[in-house]
Amino acid sequence: MPTITVDKAALFKELEREYTTEEFDELCFEFGIELDEDTSQSTKPEDQAQPPQLKIEIPANRYDMLCFEGIALNLRVFLEKQQLPKWTLTPPKSGELETITVKEETTKIRPLISGVVLRNIKLTQERYDSFIALQDKLHQNLARQRTLVSIGTHDLDTIKGPFTYEALPPEDIKFIPLNQSKELNGKELMEFYDKDKHLGRYLHIIRDSPVYPVIYDSNRTVLSLPPIINGNHSKITLDTKNVLIEITALDKTKVEIVNHILVAMFAGYAESVEPIKIVSPHNNESREAPDLTPRQMQAEVDYLNQVTGLELGPDGIAKLLAKMGYEVSQSNSDKNLLDVAVPITRADVLHQADIMEDYAIAYGFNKLPRFYPNKSSAVAAPLPINKLADIVRLESASAGWIEVLPLILCSHEENFAWLNRKDDGKTAIKLANPKTAEYQLVRTSLLPGLLKTINSNRHHAVPIKIFEVSDVGYKDESAERKSRNERHFGAAIMGKTSGFEQVHGLLDRLMLMLRSKFVTREEGVKDPHMGGYWIEEVDDATFLQGHSAAIKINIYGKNHTIGVFGILHPSVLQKFELPYPVSTIEFNLEVFM
Amino acid sequence: MAGGTRGPVPQPLQTEERNVTQDVLDLLDQKQPLQTSQDFPSIPQAEIKAALDRLASRSMVEYQAHDSEQVLLTKEAESIVAEGSHEYKVWKAVKDAGKVPIKEIANIVGAESAKVGQGNAFKNKWIKKDAESLVLVADSVQDATRDMLKGIQETKTLSDNKMLNELKKRKLVTLTKVIHYSVTKGPKYGKEMPVEVTDLTADMLASGAWETANFKPYNFNAKGAVQDAGSLHPLNKVRQEFRNVFFSQGFVEMPTNHYVDSGFWNFDALFVPQQHPARDVQDTFFISDPPKAEKPRADPITEATMDQMEAGSRKLFAKPDETGEKPKPRDFEKYWQNIQEVHQNGAFGSVGYRYPWSADECLRLVLRTHTTAVSTWVLHRLAENPRPARYFSIDRVFRNETVDATHLAEFHQIEGVIADFGLTLGGLMRFLEDFFSKMGLENLRFKPAYNPYTEPSMEIFGFHQGLNRWIEIGNSGLFRPEMLEPMGLPKDMRVYGFGLSLERPTMMKYGVNNIRELLGHKVDLTWIKEQPAVRLEKD
Repeated sequence: MPTITVDKAALFKELEREYTTEEFDELCFEFGIELDEDTSQSTKPEDQAQPPQLKIEIPANRYDMLCFEGIALNLRVFLEKQQLPKWTLTPPKSGELETITVKEETTKIRPLISGVVLRNIKLTQERYDSFIALQDKLHQNLARQRTLVSIGTHDLDTIKGPFTYEALPPEDIKFIPLNQSKELNGKELMEFYDKDKHLGRYLHIIRDSPVYPVIYDSNRTVLSLPPIINGNHSKITLDTKNVLIEITALDKTKVEIVNHILVAMFAGYAESVEPIKIVSPHNNESREAPDLTPRQMQAEVDYLNQVTGLELGPDGIAKLLAKMGYEVSQSNSDKNLLDVAVPITRADVLHQADIMEDYAIAYGFNKLPRFYPNKSSAVAAPLPINKLADIVRLESASAGWIEVLPLILCSHEENFAWLNRKDDGKTAIKLANPKTAEYQLVRTSLLPGLLKTINSNRHHAVPIKIFEVSDVGYKDESAERKSRNERHFGAAIMGKTSGFEQVHGLLDRLMLMLRSKFVTREEGVKDPHMGGYWIEEVDDATFLQGHSAAIKINIYGKNHTIGVFGILHPSVLQKFELPYPVSTIEFNLEVFM
Repeated sequence: MAGGTRGPVPQPLQTEERNVTQDVLDLLDQKQPLQTSQDFPSIPQAEIKAALDRLASRSMVEYQAHDSEQVLLTKEAESIVAEGSHEYKVWKAVKDAGKVPIKEIANIVGAESAKVGQGNAFKNKWIKKDAESLVLVADSVQDATRDMLKGIQETKTLSDNKMLNELKKRKLVTLTKVIHYSVTKGPKYGKEMPVEVTDLTADMLASGAWETANFKPYNFNAKGAVQDAGSLHPLNKVRQEFRNVFFSQGFVEMPTNHYVDSGFWNFDALFVPQQHPARDVQDTFFISDPPKAEKPRADPITEATMDQMEAGSRKLFAKPDETGEKPKPRDFEKYWQNIQEVHQNGAFGSVGYRYPWSADECLRLVLRTHTTAVSTWVLHRLAENPRPARYFSIDRVFRNETVDATHLAEFHQIEGVIADFGLTLGGLMRFLEDFFSKMGLENLRFKPAYNPYTEPSMEIFGFHQGLNRWIEIGNSGLFRPEMLEPMGLPKDMRVYGFGLSLERPTMMKYGVNNIRELLGHKVDLTWIKEQPAVRLEKD
């Protein structure tokens, strides 16, 4: 969630009253934003050195509250100090709109553009800073780090239309970037900003493209190289009177959302909002932008009232929704329908469910009638594999073993090399983008976690006896998700002696509890319907030779090897840095389902 | 049973030099009461106490403890008592020699005595200065300092408080708290400790010796024997409590036993747009191998598990005219198309996100970021036969977080889902009040919030008595129509969803500040063993 810092005194002036921190916190709570901090209550010297600030967390869908202007406006409307403005367009007296002509080459890199002109704007330092900060917030959030949308703002009086939006080879684009003095071409610019803390992270968006997007005026002055940087020539200052905003994008919907937000937040400082003409016939995107008409939606009175548990008529609903910026009237065609004008600031309103939520917020979530509507009953049931796992967990703890909960993710070497196991490439689920080598794959065995747990508890008195009942993951070509979990039981004992009989004894105990009786190998192989278990010596590099056994079981007449136990090979102990002998057991529980 | 500090009282302390217990008995035979500080001045009081306890527990003696403060001499003061005060030493030196040059006096009495002693000897008018030498004034003197210190040494007290403070300041005395005991004979006093048996044995039962045996008393101040106990992990103990709450409310557990899910189930089906930041590599673990999922399709094994779990409610609520035939199976292809449509162009009364939707993005495999991916699957299944239903799960989820004290790349999500016709927002609040009251949290408040797949979305706040403030305890909401209607669920069926992490309430319950001390391999085994059982309704 973005956090916006606003001047406390200025905001309260807009809200026409003083609030205590608690009162303002309460207002935020009711509206659905969050007061993170009031710096007047801070003891930090840097906070005390400046006028009190409010740090407010804004939900990720409220792009219209990412600056001081938006927070003040929405709260004023909510508090019924004013109605949401109706933003309108004013074409220039000459009737000649500023024009941006889009060249077809831009489809190769960044095909869409929109824009608007703010005429006779009055900028102060605060307004200027807020304007820049809003663009930054939009770039970070809605625009996904400028990949989807990016904004450029220009002093219109320093440039001359008509403008063109083109895509050219990097070497052919030459200009002085914002706040620089040297002219660079597109390629040089990439090198120049490569190490730049702020801009460096955006270079990848176009760096390897054969053509870069660029906006020119009629004198071939570069306005900007989206989405990286503007030209220095047209930069806005506090004295700028007429602002040209250009917005380039990959996403048709978002480019207009950004345009709407910029207009709604800053038109108040300008005399008029002037549309611009986009000429883009190759992709049918020729139009005048922006369109400031509120979006018309319909909502059902019954639905709004049913879900909220309220019983207001259309007028009552309209009054509450006005606090959230909507203009609502009863539909002529159907008494149950409301015509709802959704303001340009509210791109997040997609469905009447969103209107219903705002209805509930305007009424007050915590004032809604709080009763359960239905007297329904249901029949509970545990997931069978969890029920089985719980039996094994309880029996293991009753047998004197301690339950542990290591992580599911582990490193490749812990899962394979350290256990003297080989990765056949067909077994383990591997992660594409872990932040550390600790999380390279989904474990295929419980052993790494158990052994790491013992390692972390080396100071503990021996013997250490631990167990875990949890899932491992495997690749599985037959499954929709190409993988599956498998519930395993695992245990490990570290002591002065190997503990081999201990893990063997634990196996016997659990099998007894799972109604599987001990049989000889001969019996088990001969009579497939016995349902018993037996063990066989097995050669397994994880274990000391001659001291590991496969656990065999007959289920519905089929022989399964469900797991293995034994004394860990000293090389395994060395890898996991375990000072004493360790015996482990691990087996698949799913066969007992 | 073993001796030491646990179990029955140990045998009398025997050392070669002394047997304090016997000494006490012997001396008591001659006189009483005994004052331990006087009668056993060389034996440490702790050793005396052990002997007295041993005897007192057998009613052989009775004793009272007395606290007192003793004034003890420092090393310097002890040497004054032995050799006289500094001023006395200076006076003595002058008297012996008749006349001592000032330069020489330090060589005779030492630097320390020369420094302090001269001044005091002048003040007392014992000596005086004559040119560069010291000469005698008084022929005989009374060394009052030494006499006073000697008195303190003998009585270990000083009644003059002003003087006491003066001496403390001069580092000549220190004060020490001492305990001593006055001891008298008890009702079972005897000249010797009787022979005792430590425990009742099978032999004693067989021989009847128990009837006359003198049992050693049990030490009721010690702990019992340590149990070689196994134990369950505290996080799982809390998990079990939550499961019990869900079961008591008729919830069916969801099949969350797969960690890997497709973008479709984890995001798209929940109406999370493909450009949503949660789908960023910074937040979600993507899978490189296996490379991609298949489109959603039937899963007979999980289906059978669900049928088995829901057999109870099917039987209970069956109407006589129902044939018991399976309802119309789901159309996965239709579901897929609906999801594409609702994202890309809008559908089901929604304008949608209006962006070019990518099937590839949808088939990318991820480690599930929430168990809501499974709730989605279960709700889609519910669309075959839409009916009131309750589902829950508590299982592991994964986030590509930078690990710190409150974040791990893995944690457990508790999730509940209630589907019914005509559900209201206030009903969800009422339900959650009831749910959290089982954890001792009353009077919930709800804050409007944003979540891509619930509308309205509400953060749940409870008042924490211990912290004395409102804390966020979970998230809740009504699932969006854009999530439910593409599944084929009827428009008037509404679904509550709510969730919280398992770790957070557990950390609060057990006072754990670092999540790494709760989940993962770094957890301390002793800690696991020693955490009490969980009763969520109690604190």
